Amino acid sequence: MKEAIERAPSTATDPTPDSPLIVGEHVFRSRLILGTGKYASFAQMRDALSISGTDCVTVAVRRVDMKEGDESILDYIDRNKYTILPNTAFCFDAETALRTARLARELLGTNLVKLEVLGDKLTLLPDPVDTLESCEVLANDGFTVMVYTSDDPRQAVRLENAGAAAIMPAGSPIGSGQGILNPNAIRIIQELVSVPVIVDAGVGTASDVAIAMELGVDGVLLNSGVALAREPLRMAAAMRDAVTAGRNAYLAGRIPRKLYANASSPETGVIGAAR
Amino acid sequence: MKLVVNGMEREFVLDAGATVIDLIAALGLRPEIVAIEVNGSLVPRATHGACTLAAGDRIECVTLVGGG
Repeated sequence: MKEAIERAPSTATDPTPDSPLIVGEHVFRSRLILGTGKYASFAQMRDALSISGTDCVTVAVRRVDMKEGDESILDYIDRNKYTILPNTAFCFDAETALRTARLARELLGTNLVKLEVLGDKLTLLPDPVDTLESCEVLANDGFTVMVYTSDDPRQAVRLENAGAAAIMPAGSPIGSGQGILNPNAIRIIQELVSVPVIVDAGVGTASDVAIAMELGVDGVLLNSGVALAREPLRMAAAMRDAVTAGRNAYLAGRIPRKLYANASSPETGVIGAAR
Repeated sequence: MKLVVNGMEREFVLDAGATVIDLIAALGLRPEIVAIEVNGSLVPRATHGACTLAAGDRIECVTLVGGG
C-alpha cells in the first residue's frame, strides 16, 4: 500500500497578505477608501467603516449649521484608526476648491486632500481645466493631492505632471452605480502614470469593486454603494471582501479568454470507450 | 456688532476689539471642530485670539460633515 503522503495536510502558507497602498507619505493597509456621507446615522457610519476594514475615510467641508446640535462627525471617527481624507466635493471652480482645501487642512492638520472640481450639477463630471490648475496650486502648497478626474488617460498624465499624488478616475458618474464603464481607459491610465490609481465613483456593488481591482488599480473609493444599500453594514462587508478578492485575482493572474471549451478533466480513459 | 456669518447678516453682542475666539464662543461652537475665514482669508487657529472683528466683516465658519 502506498504511503499516505498524498493525504498529508497542506502546509502552504496563505499567499494573500498584500503590500500596503502608499499615497505620498501615507500608508494604508486597506485598498478600500470609504466615504462618510448619506448614512442613516453617525453610529451606522461608524459601524460600516469598522466592518469595511478601511483605514482611510473621506469627509466634506461645509458651513456650520447653526440649528444643529454640537455633535460632530469627528466624534464618530477614531483618528488613531482612520486617516481622514477631506474632499472639495461640490466645488465648481478652482478658487472655491482651493479655499475649501485650505480650510480642511486647518480643521484637520492634514496635508491630504481629495481634490474635486466639478463642471455642472447634472453630471457632476470633473472640470478638466480647473481641476488641473487647482492640482498644481495645491501640490506646490504642500498638499498631498488625490485628484478626482474623468477616465481620460491624457488628463491623468497632465495631473501627475502637475504634482498629483494619486489619480482617481471615475468608473462612472458619482452616485450612478453604473460600475466601470470604460475598463480599457482605466488600464491605459495605469500604464501612463506611476502614482497610485484609485477608482473613485460610480461603484454600485461588490462585482464593480472586484472588476476595478482585477484591472490592477491600487484601490477603490466609494460611498453611496455602501451607505444607500438596503443593509449598509452587510454591503460594507461585501465591499471589503470584493477589494481583497479582486486584488488577489489581479495578483494571481487570470487565465486568457478563449472562444472554445478546454476540459479540466482528462479526455482519455473514460469507461466504455473503444481503445 | 453686525457680522455676515455664512452668508447671513446677524447682530452679535460683542465688545469692540472682539476676536474670532469671542465669535466662536458667541455662536456656541466647539473651537476644535470649526475653521474660520474672515473676508475671504483663512484665519489659522493659532491666531484666532489676535484676529479682531469689525462691523460688516464677512465670516465663513465651516466644519466637517459626511461626504464621499
